[in-house]
Amino acid sequence: MDIPYTVAVRRDTGLTNGKIGIWLFLASEVMLFGALFASYILIRVGAPSWPRGDTILNVPLATFNTLVLISSSVTMVMAWASLMRGRLGTFRLYMGATVLLGFVFLVVKYFEYSHKFESGLFPSTNNFLAIYFTLTGLHMLHVMGGMAVNAYFMGPGAKQWKSNPVWFTNRVEHAGLFWHFVDLVWIFLFPTLYLL
Amino acid sequence: MTSDHAAELTGDHAVDIDKHVKIYITVFVALMALTIITVAISRVHLPVPIAVSVALLVAIVKGSLVACYFMHLISEKKLIYAVLVLTVVFFAALLALPVVTMHNGFWLR
Amino acid sequence: MLPDFYNELGAMHGTIMVFLGVVPLAVGGFGNFVLPLQIGAPDMAFPRLNMASYWFFFLGGVTMLASFFVPGGAAQSGWTSYAPLSILAGTGQTMWLFGMIFLITSSLLGAINFITTTVQLRATGLTFMRFPFFVWAQFVTAFLLLLAFPPLEAAGAMQLMDRLAGTSFFLPTGLVVSGQVLQVAGGGNPLLWQHLFWFLAHPEVYVLILPAMGIVAEIIANNTRKPLWGYRSMVYSLVFLGFMSFIVWAHHMFMTGMGTAMAAFFQTTTMIISIPSVVILTALIISLWGGSIRYNTPMLFAVGFLPMFGIGGLTGLPLGLNVADIPLHDTYYVIAHFHYVVAPGTIFALFAGIYYWYPKATGRKMNETLGKIHFAGSFVCMNVVFMPMFLVGLAGVSRRLFDGGASYAFAQPVLHLNVVSSWGAWILALFQIPFIFNFFWSIRKGEKVGDNPWEATTIEWSAPSPPPHGNFLHAPQAYRGPYEYSVPGAAKDFTAQYEA
Repeated sequence: MDIPYTVAVRRDTGLTNGKIGIWLFLASEVMLFGALFASYILIRVGAPSWPRGDTILNVPLATFNTLVLISSSVTMVMAWASLMRGRLGTFRLYMGATVLLGFVFLVVKYFEYSHKFESGLFPSTNNFLAIYFTLTGLHMLHVMGGMAVNAYFMGPGAKQWKSNPVWFTNRVEHAGLFWHFVDLVWIFLFPTLYLL
Repeated sequence: MTSDHAAELTGDHAVDIDKHVKIYITVFVALMALTIITVAISRVHLPVPIAVSVALLVAIVKGSLVACYFMHLISEKKLIYAVLVLTVVFFAALLALPVVTMHNGFWLR
Repeated sequence: MLPDFYNELGAMHGTIMVFLGVVPLAVGGFGNFVLPLQIGAPDMAFPRLNMASYWFFFLGGVTMLASFFVPGGAAQSGWTSYAPLSILAGTGQTMWLFGMIFLITSSLLGAINFITTTVQLRATGLTFMRFPFFVWAQFVTAFLLLLAFPPLEAAGAMQLMDRLAGTSFFLPTGLVVSGQVLQVAGGGNPLLWQHLFWFLAHPEVYVLILPAMGIVAEIIANNTRKPLWGYRSMVYSLVFLGFMSFIVWAHHMFMTGMGTAMAAFFQTTTMIISIPSVVILTALIISLWGGSIRYNTPMLFAVGFLPMFGIGGLTGLPLGLNVADIPLHDTYYVIAHFHYVVAPGTIFALFAGIYYWYPKATGRKMNETLGKIHFAGSFVCMNVVFMPMFLVGLAGVSRRLFDGGASYAFAQPVLHLNVVSSWGAWILALFQIPFIFNFFWSIRKGEKVGDNPWEATTIEWSAPSPPPHGNFLHAPQAYRGPYEYSVPGAAKDFTAQYEA
């Protein structure tokens, strides 16, 4: 017996299994990052003094990274839209752009982090840096994970377009939801750490 | 069977997709603008409570745009909304209760 | 026994029983096996995700067990791993943290699977209010796992940062260790760990009890030959309980110096959360009234669960009240309270479930005589072990003392009760032997039975025993509620949910 509702939606919920699965996963991720934000709040409120983000961190670089990530969200959704229009070639282009932009984000982060380390600023230096490295570090791991999934769909995974284009499109949509979520976290991370 | 599905899917939504793409571009521009705006405001060095509120407000607007349009939340099904509402409630509890407990009525000061 | 080793055993006993024992068995085991069968599904929604969930559990288990063999031994700062002690502890604590991250991931993947499966793969005609109570219990449990576990995963990562990267998330400024000020940045707060830990750990205790309630409900309905009393109230209570479980956690932190306002808040939510538990327990008890009760082994354990859970639940009430908690906090009273809920509570329900669903998994029944011996001995011994602990706790003896309180003058009058508990524990262990023997012996030599040996109404009994790939030979349909026993005018004393 095949497992139903992988491609077709179930009539009373209007959803496929994968769509529910990815949103449930994102709900758990909200709680994961929520805990770190809660920690940020607790540590900051309890601290005798707290540096403003722009006195320690590189705001122009992070602003650039924010624009990079937002752009990658657009290319991601355009990748899915290309599949909806039946255009595999365009999909590959947009997906490639998404992966590339993700890579740019990581490169900028690499420069940010190494500059901090060279200046003798480590997570152990103070709590501002501790929460900064932990929050951005966890976010960075999620960027890497998303990139790996996206690269898979652009590359070897795209074989499924021939055999089951609807399922493939759905899977790309779900990967997109994860990628947008990663962007969404950064939208809150950026002002919290860098601007306040 | 699957190619029928694909044709049905892509056929049905082909018109929708063009409309959607227009929205995606609009949202993209809005997000870029809001990013510039939030950075610009931060240069003004407002008192912390106000700065936090403004930055949070802008972030919520940006986040909502991503969620509603890129993630298609605006046209999602009830079950997904229900899960997310539940999550937001617990997220709020997680953010608020520890700091209120540790500082006994934190924001009432 | 060295005090350090005692602390290792204490911390790891709690960790292993909760995360490698009850959760994998109640949720991973019973949930994965029974849930798809009870909703008439061919499989779980995401089979490969399920496999991943298992292997993360395996990895987490290996990590936890291996930690006993590293220099310094296993984690020894309680299953609660409070900072700053846990930050200063040896390598075993680091392994505990990695183990927890693996186990949490396992539960998260499983929870996604359970929720999706329940919503999407239920049979035609199986509406939510026609679910067996067990399905509702697993469904709510999955939400608890999904939303409550991630904060502990984040906290675990932060504790790893404190231990390995020298951060001070949980280390306050000016902490003196062995006469010297700790050379860290400071500015952290041990209470932050407590908040994040208990945010998970409170819903976690409901993860431990909800599947058990589900199992007991199934077995009581089946062996009273009556529908459950108050099914609707039980379901609403379950959902309400799940929701409330997220906003009571700081009743584990009453002694941390919180102000009266917040103590009042958590005390209130804690008292409110006791109501749905009482509703469920009462409904189960009333379900016995007027039933044609069959006293087979699963039923003995299920009925035994009721007063034991009652004692466990009621003794929790003074702990949930801020002021009453003052003399009881961190004493043997607490240990007695929660062991009553999980040991003669949940574990009895799990035994009941094993005896009950064994025929579905193997096509044979376990031996009844051995089962009754197992039950009788376990029931008596559980009470011998844990009842005295209430008295020891009321006398003021703290938990986690390697000498059981022997070095305290005020403890002297109750020390003999420790010996009573110990005798009970060893004899309890002996009474598990008939069970273990029975379990393995019956695989080959147990009485062979058909697909529905208990004459039950729920859908899992229409599958072959054991179920093949795809669970059913023909996709089942639900035509009525889950507990249509003794329907007036029906030919048999049960009308199956899956029969047209």
